[in-house]
Amino acid sequence: MHSLHEPKARVLIIACGALAKEIVALKNLNEWHHLDIQCIDAKLHHRPALIPARLKEQIERYRDQYEKIFVGYADCGTAGGIDRLIEEYGIERLPGADCFACFAGLDNFKALNDEELGTFYLTDFLVRQFDFMVIQMLGIDKHPELRDDYFGNYKRVVYLSQIEDEKLLNAAKVAAERLSLPFVHLHCGYGEVERALSAQLVQRISVYPNHGKKSSHILA
Amino acid sequence: MSDTPEEEYDDEEVVLSELSDKELVDQMHDDLYDGLKEDIAEGTSILLSRGWTADTVLNEALVGGMQIVGVDFRDGILFVPEVLLAANAMKGGMSILKPLLSESGIKPIGKMVIGTVKGDIHDIGKNLVTMMMEGTGFEVIDLGINQSVEDYFKALEEHQPDILGMSALLTTTMPYMKVVIDEMVSQSIRDDYLVFVGGAPLNEEFAQAVGADVYCRDAAQAAELGPIMVHNRRGSRA
Repeated sequence: MHSLHEPKARVLIIACGALAKEIVALKNLNEWHHLDIQCIDAKLHHRPALIPARLKEQIERYRDQYEKIFVGYADCGTAGGIDRLIEEYGIERLPGADCFACFAGLDNFKALNDEELGTFYLTDFLVRQFDFMVIQMLGIDKHPELRDDYFGNYKRVVYLSQIEDEKLLNAAKVAAERLSLPFVHLHCGYGEVERALSAQLVQRISVYPNHGKKSSHILA
Repeated sequence: MSDTPEEEYDDEEVVLSELSDKELVDQMHDDLYDGLKEDIAEGTSILLSRGWTADTVLNEALVGGMQIVGVDFRDGILFVPEVLLAANAMKGGMSILKPLLSESGIKPIGKMVIGTVKGDIHDIGKNLVTMMMEGTGFEVIDLGINQSVEDYFKALEEHQPDILGMSALLTTTMPYMKVVIDEMVSQSIRDDYLVFVGGAPLNEEFAQAVGADVYCRDAAQAAELGPIMVHNRRGSRA
C-alpha cells in the first residue's frame, strides 16, 4: 500500500511520448502517487539528434521543482547525446539502446537480434500509432514504392507487447502484413522500464530514512 | 479559364521541350526536388537530344539538383521520404545516362568501396551516397549491409579503391567502424585509403575519434568532398 508517511517532495520522469501510456499504467498499477510524468513528442525519434536539447529544456524547467528527475529514454539513436546531458545533471536514464531492448530485456533483445538481424520491432505504442509513425511519417501512404527502400532488408516483424489485448495483437498482425513481413508475437510486459522506475523510486525513498518503509508493490 | 490568377498558375503545364537549356535545367532541379521521375527522364532525353554530353547532363541537371535537395535535408526543410523520392527521380535520369557514360569511355575520377557495418541492415544513407558518388564520376563498389572486417578487407584488396566508405544507423553498430580502422592500422594499410564514415547518429567528433578521414553528414556532402579529397591525396603523393 502507499505509505501515509511518504515525503511530499516528488519524483519526475521526463519520458518519450512513446512510453507515456505505459508509464501512466505503471504509476497506477504500483500506486506511485509521488511520481509525476512529463512527455516529449515521440515524433522526435525521426530526428533523434534533437532529443538531448529538448530534454535539457525540460530538465532546466523542472529541476528546482523536484527532489529527483529520471529520464525515460534509452540512448534512442542519440549516440551518447542523452548520456552526456544527464551526466551534467547527475541523473539517470532507462538502460539499453532503445525502448525495444528495455521492454524485451537487454539479453533477450540481443538474442532476438542474433536470431534475425533483419527484425522490425513493434511495441504497443507503435501498433497503436503504426499508421502515423510508420506509414505516414515515412511517406509510404502517398508513395507505397518507398516500402522497399525502408523495409527491403527486413525479414520479420516481432511484436513486443506490453499488455495482452486481442485488438492490439490483431492490429500488429495487420501491420506486419502491410510490410509484407512474417509476424512473431512475444509478450514481455514492461520489462526494464518497470524495473528501472521501481529502482528510481526506491532510491529516492531511501534518502528519507524516516520515511523509508518501502511498500512491497514498489519492488514487484 | 480559371477564375483566379493562382488557379491559372496551378493549371499551367510546363512543356519541357519548349524551355531554353537554362530554364530546363532549373526546371529539372525543381522536378528532382519534387521527386518527379518521369519528368527527370524526359528532361534528360531532351538535353541529350540538344547535344549535351551525358556527363554534362549528369553534373549540371541531376547532381546539381540533388545538391539542392541535400542542403535542404541538412537544414531540416526536407525529410527522408522527400530525399528518397528525389533519389528515385534521379535514377530515372541515371538509367538513361549510365549506358552512355560507359560507352563514352570517360575514366572514373576515383573508386570507392562502400558498405554498411556488421550488425546493421540500414542502408538508405549508403545507397544515397553510392548514387551521388556515381553521379560525380566515381566508380562505386557497393558491398551491401552487415559487412565484417574481413568483408571490407577482401574488397579493398580486390578493388584497390581510393575511398573506403562505412555507414551505420544504430548507436550499437557505429563503434564497429573503429574495429575496421584499427585493423587497417594494425595491418599497415590505413594510409593506403581515405576513410569516409556516415550515418544518422554519427558526428564529426565521432569520426575523428575512430580515426576516419571524413565525416559525411549526408550524401550530398560525400559527393562534394569525395572528388576534392581524392584530388588532394593524389596531388600530395605525386
